[in-house]
Amino acid sequence: MYGAGTRHQTSGIMRKSALPGFAPSISVTLAWVGLIVLLPLTSLAVRPWTLGLTGVWHSITEPRVVAALRLSFGTAALAAAINVPLGLLTAWVLVRYRFPGRNLADSLIDMPLALPTAVAGIALAALFSPRGWLGSLLQAIGIKVDYTPLGILVALIFVGLPFVVRTLEPVIMDLPRDAEEAAATLGATRIQTIWRIVLPSLGPALIAGFGAALARGVGEYGSVIFIAGNMPMISEIAPLLIVIRLEELDYAGAAALGLVMLLVSFAILILLNLLQARMARRAP
Amino acid sequence: MSETTVPAAVSLAPTAERPATRVALIALTLTLLVVLLLLPLIVVLTEAFAHGIGPVLHALADPDALAAIELTLIVAAISVPVNTICGVAAAWCIGRFRFRGRSLLITVIELPFSVSPVISGLVWVLLFGANGWLGPWLDRMGVRIIFALPGLVLATMFVTFPFVARTLIPLMQDQGASEEEAALTLGANGWQTFWRVTLPNIRWGLLYGVLLCNARAMGEFGAVSVVSGHIRGVTMTMPLQVEALFNDYDWVGAFTMAGLLSLLALVTLAVKAFLEWRIGRPRGGLL
Repeated sequence: MYGAGTRHQTSGIMRKSALPGFAPSISVTLAWVGLIVLLPLTSLAVRPWTLGLTGVWHSITEPRVVAALRLSFGTAALAAAINVPLGLLTAWVLVRYRFPGRNLADSLIDMPLALPTAVAGIALAALFSPRGWLGSLLQAIGIKVDYTPLGILVALIFVGLPFVVRTLEPVIMDLPRDAEEAAATLGATRIQTIWRIVLPSLGPALIAGFGAALARGVGEYGSVIFIAGNMPMISEIAPLLIVIRLEELDYAGAAALGLVMLLVSFAILILLNLLQARMARRAP
Repeated sequence: MSETTVPAAVSLAPTAERPATRVALIALTLTLLVVLLLLPLIVVLTEAFAHGIGPVLHALADPDALAAIELTLIVAAISVPVNTICGVAAAWCIGRFRFRGRSLLITVIELPFSVSPVISGLVWVLLFGANGWLGPWLDRMGVRIIFALPGLVLATMFVTFPFVARTLIPLMQDQGASEEEAALTLGANGWQTFWRVTLPNIRWGLLYGVLLCNARAMGEFGAVSVVSGHIRGVTMTMPLQVEALFNDYDWVGAFTMAGLLSLLALVTLAVKAFLEWRIGRPRGGLL
């Protein structure tokens, strides 16, 4: 698709093109990327080491930090895992079925991304408070959501759902129907077809959606802090601990925690990418 | 007689769910969407109007609320245009040229999306804060970045950095360069080609990117929270004002401000739906 036939390889950084404007546009882009993204991220990578190697190790193995990291990654993984079936159901219904209000429902999926996180945070806190609509119902059956890790889970399910739905929708749309028809013709029940034919070919997309929801959940701040209660060791998420370290003017400690969060997130995403590639190769 | 057996076989082995299953799945999905996605929005409105319209108007007229609205508009008015111009430049060089390090550049442009909002604020404090790299030097020069407008703008720019470029790059690749090459062959210069050919071709996609960029710029909480210093009436954007009022137990005030931001979200979603109806959903379209 890519401007075929108009370019030919020359030596140097760029292949020759008939279009002007490469030098100014790449200069603006590199300056912009350098100043707004790379320079600040470099400071994150460098700052922790002012503590020295053992200082960094002490800072990130402190029980309160370990508890916060475990809570952030644990609840984010659980919320993403819950969002996989919820998102699959939603994406399937929105793509395959036609019903009144479908377009509205499809627009609604992006609500958690459009709604500022602080707004979502106080709305969820009000909804799940003991006097709130859902909180009072849950209290009647003995479940307490606000000011517990369960509240964090609820907030992360809320913000993560669109990532799974939006990753799955185009893949379900492109799913070849002939494999399903062949299975049906050969006598498979609908459930067998979905389990043996549809789900395996959605595998890579399900993992991608899980990864995107997880990555978002690990760093989430605004929608969580109002409902979490923020008790150290129990319901204090890692991003909040970064804010607390900064308020204590412990910049290096804050940077160390931020760097660990970022590196672990990237490591998980790379692993999921590998898993995805492997599944895509095996898919029918 | 085989003709009569074929329909029977088809009905035994369906290629779609049974009607009853369909209805049940649709009902389940709609329930999920209403409880999980719509209820929080409804709560914002009912809490704001819990004591009628009087307190809402009172909360809107509060000087700190007005200052927060003004600051939010100023931050967006600076960061969105800068990110838009730079995003178009990035889309031009990435979408129209092949060069070494091109895919690396795309990865770096999308990087801010995978960074926690709090870290997006933290990095600026590490650079310009009182204990930061340049902090003491800036202090001597009498320049304030952290706990002031420049910090809010920088944090917002980091967070909203990828939106425009990310929407335009796949769009420009799909369109190809043939129309621009034709314009140049016919004697147009570079700028004329850009204004008369490229810009009209990408205008809906550009609007889409700017829309998402603006929504995030006005609604960002975590990143600006770290660099704001929370000085009332001075460095509080609307989302930060929501937090402050909520922590003061001023629920009507908090949910009124939250209601304004919800309105912004609803308008954003409506315009987004309109643009998707015009151009389809862009590939990199996650808000």
